[in-house]
Amino acid sequence: MPQLDVATFAPQLVWLAISFFLLYLLMSRIGLPRVGAAIEARRRRREEDLEHAAQLRREAEAVVAAYERARAEAREQAQATIRETTEHLAAAAAERQRELTAVLTERTASAEREIAAAKERALGEIRGVAADVAASIAARLIGTSFDQRNIAAAVDRVIAERAA
Amino acid sequence: MTIELHPLAQFTVERILPLRVGRLDLSFTNASLMMGVVICLITGLIVYGTRRASLVPGRLQSLAEMSYEFVADMVESNVGHEGMPFFPFVFSLFMFILFANLLGLIPYAFTVTGQIVVTFALAIVVFIGVTIIGFIRHGLHFLRFFVPEGVPKLLLVILVPIEVLSYCIRPFTLSVRLFANMLAGHTMLGIFAGFAALVGIWAIFPIAIDVALLALELLVATLQAYVFAILSCLYLNDAIHMH
Repeated sequence: MPQLDVATFAPQLVWLAISFFLLYLLMSRIGLPRVGAAIEARRRRREEDLEHAAQLRREAEAVVAAYERARAEAREQAQATIRETTEHLAAAAAERQRELTAVLTERTASAEREIAAAKERALGEIRGVAADVAASIAARLIGTSFDQRNIAAAVDRVIAERAA
Repeated sequence: MTIELHPLAQFTVERILPLRVGRLDLSFTNASLMMGVVICLITGLIVYGTRRASLVPGRLQSLAEMSYEFVADMVESNVGHEGMPFFPFVFSLFMFILFANLLGLIPYAFTVTGQIVVTFALAIVVFIGVTIIGFIRHGLHFLRFFVPEGVPKLLLVILVPIEVLSYCIRPFTLSVRLFANMLAGHTMLGIFAGFAALVGIWAIFPIAIDVALLALELLVATLQAYVFAILSCLYLNDAIHMH
């Protein structure tokens, strides 16, 4: 059995010691710190990414909340505006109605006044014409010219009687 | 035709560069060569593989990280956090044995771990190291390790020598387990390879057996490296935490 050849022990042990010590140095000083750093870097990166994602999510939620709030506010504002406008328009309409009514009333009143004045005038003219006609009829029929004042008084009396 | 089989010839240490310093034989042998190859490959994997450590690892970096995490988990789960200072040592041990075992399976390659002197040297380093750590950690209290708790005083007379013996036998079992596995596997491979060389056209059968054995030996090579490393961890755990 070649393994039991004692003469080979010394060179094997010496080279084993050298190579294993060298391997230990290479691994503990260079290799393992590097691999560890790579793994650690990935782990840290993953945690950072997760943290970043959570951060973004929080931000997104905040934005959504702000948006909802803004929307609610806007709706409220819009409704307020609608209400205000409606009231304003209603008030304006009422005002115009009132103005229009006043104008119309005024116009009606003035028209009535005009009508009354015209009637008065017409009546006045009729009185004059009637007095003239009465005077000329009386002159033709009885050849007497009555006092103008009496004729006017008589005409007035007759008109008053007819009107009554 | 005489059948000549030399299945053990593969374990012969051959001096490539004879070198003597005084009475000490420092010859560079095929064993030294394989140790060098093992060191170079491990260093290549771990150091070259992470030369441009990237977030998304390539093949070599993945392999380096996998072996790192495998051994780190082994130390962490068997020894706990106090074991992490010894992680580089356990890692070197595991990788050295694993690569030596696997490279030994390449035809004509010398198997470093098929030498009892090598496996025993590794085991005795672990044994002595662990014992020193035990005494540094616990002082003379470490001797309590050999005294089981809750046992009648009379039984201790028997139990303490058994405990001491089972402790001291550790380097032998540790080294022989690895050595014997390598020896048996490679001898089997050698025997069937020898048959193949002798039986002409029928060589297909011993070669087929060798192929199957090689698959088994790949498993054994990996498993024995794992066993050696995990037992070292358990011994380390005994020294650090006692029972």
